[in-house]
Amino acid sequence: MNDADFLLWVRGPGMIIAVAVFVFGVLVRFLEMWLLGKNVDLAEPKGAAFGAGVRTMFTRSAPCGEEMCDGGFVLFSSWAFHIAFVLIFLFLAPHILFLKSILGFGWPALPKALMTILAIIGIISMVALLVHRFFHAVRNFLGKTVDYVAWTATFLPLLTGYLAAHSPLFGYSMSLALHILSFEIFIVLIPFTKLMHMFTVWVARYINGAAFGRKGVAV
Amino acid sequence: MPDPFMTLGEKLALQGVTRRTFLKYCTSLASLMALPPAMAAEMAEKLAKSTRQPVIWLSFQECTGCTESIARSHSPTLESLIFDAISLDYHHTLQAASGGAAEAARLASMKEHYGKYILVVDGAIPMKDGGVYSTIAGISNYDMLIDTAKGAAAIIAAGTCAAYGGLPHANPNPTGAVSVSDIVKDKPIINVPGCPPIATVMTGVIAHVLTLGALPELDEQKRPKVFFGDTIHDRCYRRPFYDQGKFAKTFDDEGARNGWCLFELGCKGPVTRNACATLKWNGGASFPIESGHPCLGCSEPNFWDAGDFYRALPEPAGKVLTTAAAAVAAGAVIGIAAGAIGRRKKAKAAAERKPVTSDDLK
Repeated sequence: MNDADFLLWVRGPGMIIAVAVFVFGVLVRFLEMWLLGKNVDLAEPKGAAFGAGVRTMFTRSAPCGEEMCDGGFVLFSSWAFHIAFVLIFLFLAPHILFLKSILGFGWPALPKALMTILAIIGIISMVALLVHRFFHAVRNFLGKTVDYVAWTATFLPLLTGYLAAHSPLFGYSMSLALHILSFEIFIVLIPFTKLMHMFTVWVARYINGAAFGRKGVAV
Repeated sequence: MPDPFMTLGEKLALQGVTRRTFLKYCTSLASLMALPPAMAAEMAEKLAKSTRQPVIWLSFQECTGCTESIARSHSPTLESLIFDAISLDYHHTLQAASGGAAEAARLASMKEHYGKYILVVDGAIPMKDGGVYSTIAGISNYDMLIDTAKGAAAIIAAGTCAAYGGLPHANPNPTGAVSVSDIVKDKPIINVPGCPPIATVMTGVIAHVLTLGALPELDEQKRPKVFFGDTIHDRCYRRPFYDQGKFAKTFDDEGARNGWCLFELGCKGPVTRNACATLKWNGGASFPIESGHPCLGCSEPNFWDAGDFYRALPEPAGKVLTTAAAAVAAGAVIGIAAGAIGRRKKAKAAAERKPVTSDDLK
């Protein structure tokens, strides 16, 4: 299989397999969680659930003052790569073309120079977080293989995308193919790893906060 | 009738081409092939002294576009003069002889120049059903290739069909078409892909073999690196617009009128290696992108099956939406089933739950 064949495979059958696994997996997990339901809480409420739930969606997103914040480094780096990742995925011109071909509509792109800066910020932030995890005793202890798999699956689309756009080491065909393949691996892993948090994070935080609020716990 | 032993220099002089003009041509050819400047004079000297190189040209499953590209130059160029100066001993489109006489010319040349002639092949070779889908004088393309390749010094696979199978090889490939290098394994092969290939690239390759007596440096797909080292995108004059993010969205919008990048209209320039953007076509007049059309990637393997010509490279080549719909249906069924199993387990656990009382703690 040469570069052109490889690119064609990842754009065609590879993408179809990845999208099928992604859509199937995410839907199964959602339905499984939703249909299982929650037990009805028969206790007398001691506070408002809704406000606490909404408040928790924000407070858990900026846990400053807690030990895990590490003087803002983890908070800043985590937000930086998340924002970079989402903005690049949604607003880089070639990505919009990709999404438009599936959704049937597109939107204006952000300047490529801004995308480049975001990609560099994203890459540096992720590497810094990984290094930090190695040297942080608690995080190192808590880190499991699946966490590093998720990190790698997230990091590779950023790195290969940057290389494809700026210095295609293996030629443009191979660089683009590797970038698309890394994206396919990323979406295939979403339903089966902690990457699923991209769909569940806000709901989970709301439910946690609402449960605490109902019990009268300050959040 | 010209003297068959006349050198190229003598022939060019006879046709009014000055030494100065010829040197200029050789300098540009040497430059084009990334040879040292000193090689230009040596190339001119060797080319001028060379006698007519015997060439046998086999046309198999093809459309004659490759021959048209090279033989019907825009005007009588030096390239065409050099083609006049090779001894094209067999080419069933161009030669006057036909039938048995044509085949006799091929066999005679093969015998006389055994081990020395250059074999040019355009067109793919059908392999299905014993190769019956393309025959010449009752001989299948496969048999003729095997027979003629035996005595060839080198083989030039001219055009995408000969180099990679091309259009005959495209899905569903009803004739089982394959490329020259799929069949011939024991001869040096130079692939000069393109649909059609650029005439200057063909003459450049032949000039290289004639002057240096060796094949040009080839890449992993057996293409001369000097002509196929860069992508169209690397050398495209619209590249600055790509870097600036300025793209034509349709063929008649403001971007198209301003000559912006055609990437979003499906241009395959970034993944296509060829010299179109530098050598251009029709006497250097233009090339497809300059005419406002995206590159189709015609010099790449399987270009015909590489997805929609007008679909941008980042777009999926398959039916993703249909797949996603099927995945939603399957996911809904399995998800509901998994949910039902979960609920049953939950209900069972609740039914079997034995509350802990203070008596249990005594």
